[in-house]
Amino acid sequence: MAKYFFRRLISMLFVLLAAIVLVFTLMEFAPGDPVMTMLGEGGTAEQIAALREKLGLAQPYIVRLGSFIWGFLHADLGESYRSGLPVFSEIISRYPITLKLTFGSVALGILIGVPAGIVSSVKQYSVFDRIFTSVSLFGVSAPSFWIAMLLVLIFSVKLGWLPPTGTYSFEYWILPVLTMGLQTSASIMRMTRSSILEVVRQDYIRTARAKGQSERAIIFKHVLPNALIPILTVVGIDICGFLGGSVLVETVFAMPGLGKFILDCVNFKDYPAVLGGILWISLNCVVITFIIDMLYGVVDPRIKSMYGAKKSKAKAIITAKSES
Amino acid sequence: MKKRKNRNGQLHDVWRKLKMNKLAMISLGVLIMIFLIAIFAPLVIPYDYAYQDYNSVLQFPNASHPFGTDNFGRDIFSRILYGSRFTIFIGFGATTVAATCGIILGLMAAYFKKLDNIIMRAMDVLIGMPGMTLLILIISVLGPNIKNMVIAISIAYTPAFARVTRGAAMSVINQEYIEACSAIGANDKRILLKHVFPNSMAPVIIQYSLAAGLSILLGASLSFVGMGVQPPTPEWGLMVSDGRSYLRTSWYMSIIPGLAIILVTIALNYLGDGIRDALDPRLNK
Amino acid sequence: MGNKLLEIDNLSVHFTVNNQTVKAVNGLSLEINHGECMGLVGETGAGKTTTALATIRLVPNPPGKIVGGTIKFEGENLLEVSEKKIRAIRGNSISMIFQDPMTSLNPITRVGDQIMETILLHEKISKVDAAVKAQRMLELVGIPANRYDEYPHQFSGGMKQRVMIACALVCNPKLLIADEPTTALDVTIQAQVLELVKRLKREFNTAMLMITHDLGVVLDVCDKVAIMYAGSIMERGSVDAIFDDPKHPYTQGLFKSIPDLDEETERLEPIPGMMPDPSNLPQGCAFSPRCPFSKEICETHCPNPVQVGDDHHVACFLYGSEKEEV
Repeated sequence: MAKYFFRRLISMLFVLLAAIVLVFTLMEFAPGDPVMTMLGEGGTAEQIAALREKLGLAQPYIVRLGSFIWGFLHADLGESYRSGLPVFSEIISRYPITLKLTFGSVALGILIGVPAGIVSSVKQYSVFDRIFTSVSLFGVSAPSFWIAMLLVLIFSVKLGWLPPTGTYSFEYWILPVLTMGLQTSASIMRMTRSSILEVVRQDYIRTARAKGQSERAIIFKHVLPNALIPILTVVGIDICGFLGGSVLVETVFAMPGLGKFILDCVNFKDYPAVLGGILWISLNCVVITFIIDMLYGVVDPRIKSMYGAKKSKAKAIITAKSES
Repeated sequence: MKKRKNRNGQLHDVWRKLKMNKLAMISLGVLIMIFLIAIFAPLVIPYDYAYQDYNSVLQFPNASHPFGTDNFGRDIFSRILYGSRFTIFIGFGATTVAATCGIILGLMAAYFKKLDNIIMRAMDVLIGMPGMTLLILIISVLGPNIKNMVIAISIAYTPAFARVTRGAAMSVINQEYIEACSAIGANDKRILLKHVFPNSMAPVIIQYSLAAGLSILLGASLSFVGMGVQPPTPEWGLMVSDGRSYLRTSWYMSIIPGLAIILVTIALNYLGDGIRDALDPRLNK
Repeated sequence: MGNKLLEIDNLSVHFTVNNQTVKAVNGLSLEINHGECMGLVGETGAGKTTTALATIRLVPNPPGKIVGGTIKFEGENLLEVSEKKIRAIRGNSISMIFQDPMTSLNPITRVGDQIMETILLHEKISKVDAAVKAQRMLELVGIPANRYDEYPHQFSGGMKQRVMIACALVCNPKLLIADEPTTALDVTIQAQVLELVKRLKREFNTAMLMITHDLGVVLDVCDKVAIMYAGSIMERGSVDAIFDDPKHPYTQGLFKSIPDLDEETERLEPIPGMMPDPSNLPQGCAFSPRCPFSKEICETHCPNPVQVGDDHHVACFLYGSEKEEV
């Protein structure tokens, strides 16, 4: 198990480093000169030169990349062009909202999606199954911002039960979490159902029946544990998807989260903040993926010995299912 | 000679199975209809999508404006019909580019061991970033317009195609008939094109239909936050955003474009599920 | 009468797929006595596995259905007992082992626990006692007890099959159904597993239904044999009777198509033609299209089994079988 852990760890660090280099390099090509943005039209040549010097923009690419990586390791992501505050603190002050939204939604999704998927697969082709399958298909086909607006329309505008924007107290969180929660419960339900159906036709289930095991015990002791891996994969993908895609829901509900922050900074051409924000989200996703990989090892003893060969097969089929 | 006949026989089989799936066929019909609307949009729409009639501002859906009008007096029905162009272009354009690049990369990674590591590590980096984040990053560098949306979304989905192709190709390559081809002197390119590629395609086709739906959703999301097409383009995601301020009274402005998005995506999903079931050899016994 | 452990009478199992009816088993009858080993021989697709599954009501129900006949185990018709009763019988009085050991074990459960599961289902003992018993069973099948905690993927095919045998025999069943247990294994491993099965059969005095397409296995392990074709029994009897003097043309064909070490042959003689499509069986005797001796009556009527020797029955009009209503 330790070997598996370290292998994945090295892999994770590599991906992170590559991401930093990639994103940093891409931002080099971003349009607009930050110096001009900050000084506006009236800057004199000396002010321009001085500011350029101060921001370290005159140095060659490699030097700036190096000092950025160095800073990254020390949680120093530079200063925001817009506010002048350290990017890191700007990110940290907004991140909790995105985190709460993400994990709250995924928790809701698992709570609804897994039981629904189990019932749906056990009673295949029943009325229940057909309804749930259709609803979940709807859930994965609908953009989150639309679901959000529909919920606002129904619960805020028409019924007046819940507030449409803000994050001041618990009731402000209900609609946002519901929006993303419904979305992810749809994808979790679909994956649970198909995974269970796949497992149920395996030979070892027949063996369990031949031993005299009851259907109920078969579901809980044999089917579910084996069906878990693809479900885990979907949960991981959805968490990462939400960390990046929460911007949509944050926009509709005017929540000051990290997603909305990055978007605003892009519009303002505040590149250090954009850079820092994007890399922060990437870092979190890489860590989440790593944790999920570790969980695979716990759930499936084969993976411990095969260093994740099985996992990549499960992932290859469902990867790139992004949020929306 | 025989192999080609087999493949056409297989194709015929798959199509026959697919035809039996009513939902998939309805979805196919819907998609074809949307394609046609997109192509013939200017001929089909009752009003010019950009025409602003200040006498008919914010009208609830009625006889002359089946989907109502927006705050500029523009007919929403026409805008939705015309907007199908963007949806189709972005969704299928980006997915096709992603599929092409992904398939090439995946085949190379599967066949040439030396390239495998590099290619897949690069794909890992791209996958490590959530879709929306990657898209915002690319658009912020390139600028928000439809061409860049297609580029950005293609980049986001290329790794998925690369992975699926590589996986399928590797299992084909491990089979002995590939070794047999090599033994009789076929060169790499020929083996790749004539044997590995066609036999790896099943999961890729499924991935295509999934990715097309997701691309459409991503494209709409980008436009919604202003990182995609710009006003007054009648792109459905942008239309949902346009209607936000009027949600209280003219909610149809936002809700209806969203329904259009959902319609296309659901159709793609049903079709994808149908193709997957038709391709599954086990479902026959 | 009192000696018969398993009595299958006129069993028919049909599968309905895509509006087509596949007649997998048609009017099959066979008997197994206590402690006896019966071989069930037939080609792939003859319906052997379906018969085995039907015995413990494991035929997958959406497509498959038992449409007729009785299966009496110790006098009781298994097709009529409650779900609870049949579960108590499975793994306890009647056990089954399957063809492919690679996929027949739960991959994420320890092998010892899989044996323990069977014990806990049928005996009221503590988990600790059950674990000890499972360990002893492992030893009995030739696996060191300290491998209790390992997972199936850590074992070879032959050892996995031994684990399956351990699971099946741990509650000392009266009947063991073995569905081609060695087909998926190497020849050398095959011999080991068969030796194990024979030894355990002697020790526990278990009756066996050994399903196989390999006549060599039948000769090695079985006391009696039944030859199956297209869902029904063509010929049955003691191994000696059938091997010395096969009467049914199909059985004769089977023996002719395997090479004989003692004789010099120029060519092997396969039986011409193929087994009929079970969704489209011929009207009369299922073998008649391929039979070199078929008469007019064979194409219109099905023969009933008739006794031709001491413990030797054939279903063939050549030996005076009576007509059965089609």
